[in-house]
Amino acid sequence: MIPAAFDYVKAGTLDEAISLLAEHGEEAKVIAGGHSLLPMMKLRLAFPTVLIDIRQAADASYVRVEGDEVTIGALTRHADLVTSEVLAAEAPLIANVASYVGDPQIRHRGTIGGSVAHSDPAADLPSAVLASDATLVLQGPGGRREVKAGDFFLGYFETVLSPDELIVEIRVPRTGPGGWGFEKFTRRANDWAIVGVATVAGRVALANMGSKPLRATRTEEALASGASIADAAALAAEDTSPVEDMHADADYRRHLARVLTRRALEAAAARA
Amino acid sequence: MQVTITVNGETRTDEVEPRLLLVHYLRDVAGLKATNIGCDTSSCGACTVHVDGESIKSCTVLAAQVDGSSVTTLEGLADGETLHPVQAAFRAEHGLQCGFCTPGMVMAAASLLKENPTPTETEVREGLEGNICRCTGYHNIVRAVLKAAEVTA
Repeated sequence: MIPAAFDYVKAGTLDEAISLLAEHGEEAKVIAGGHSLLPMMKLRLAFPTVLIDIRQAADASYVRVEGDEVTIGALTRHADLVTSEVLAAEAPLIANVASYVGDPQIRHRGTIGGSVAHSDPAADLPSAVLASDATLVLQGPGGRREVKAGDFFLGYFETVLSPDELIVEIRVPRTGPGGWGFEKFTRRANDWAIVGVATVAGRVALANMGSKPLRATRTEEALASGASIADAAALAAEDTSPVEDMHADADYRRHLARVLTRRALEAAAARA
Repeated sequence: MQVTITVNGETRTDEVEPRLLLVHYLRDVAGLKATNIGCDTSSCGACTVHVDGESIKSCTVLAAQVDGSSVTTLEGLADGETLHPVQAAFRAEHGLQCGFCTPGMVMAAASLLKENPTPTETEVREGLEGNICRCTGYHNIVRAVLKAAEVTA
């Protein structure tokens, strides 16, 4: 499978990428690792006429502590999240979830900014940034703005990003090394989650239980008012609208959401 | 567009279409046919090569994206007539049946051992999660990688 023809330009910095986006308009797409975009282009589901390669933007791959937050450059690869000592100590949920994205080859290419911006409801990292109550820093021609993860995802492959904006940084509250859990149910090792559950600091986020990653708010409320893990997890599928596909029907996904939420919460409690 | 890529130690400059995939560049432009095209959807790992020393799936990378980088294919892994320890171990442990997945398996395993020189069996199995063997010859493949680790560690 071969993508439709396009022009290719390299951006050396994020500022340059944003100017190129403004110059080339809506027909342009930004490519980082390309492991979501290129498969869509090969299937001719996407056919941008200009690709702006931001992978060389040296100012956008980092993980560091700033105040109460860990700041992660949008171009940080999954492989670098997995091995980050800063994340292991300060926000290990992100590192652990990154270790489940695809396989080693994919983790050598894919980036956290790309995965979050792609907004696939079955993807791993969107649920992790949602459970972390992360702040996404977006930059466009008019400057930067900050959006909470809970306000960022709109639906299937749709976010509040404008066509001329990029995610430039992801800010995750520092949690310390414990108190987190992640469960991903798949049929094959490097698949997307049939259902995924990420939890930290009493927040619970679900992957593939609707058109975007969802907070299990009923579960969170129950936990906050002192319910047991089992009772709180039993509410995890409330207000969700899971798809039916070759892997699972909606009832099975609801069942998985409840079971995986219980396991994730138990793991978080054991790590507290 | 023009790309300059160091392939198995030799730097070459070629005129390519931006949409040219790295696997097609390696096979059809550089003439290196060890790298196989399997699923063509970044699932099976048959097209695994190294870019700047790390395993990647060359069906899902553009040649343009590795402009300025070093690529190693299976042809570039051995040191002259001396097989790379992973190749030697695959031979000794019969880590292949039909051989189609082998170039990708060997490259994935070599990258894995670089990152984790002394993996457990579980870590080998997880480290090869991106490579599928249609013959289901995993048992000997895993044994070969563990043997290579023993030799090189």
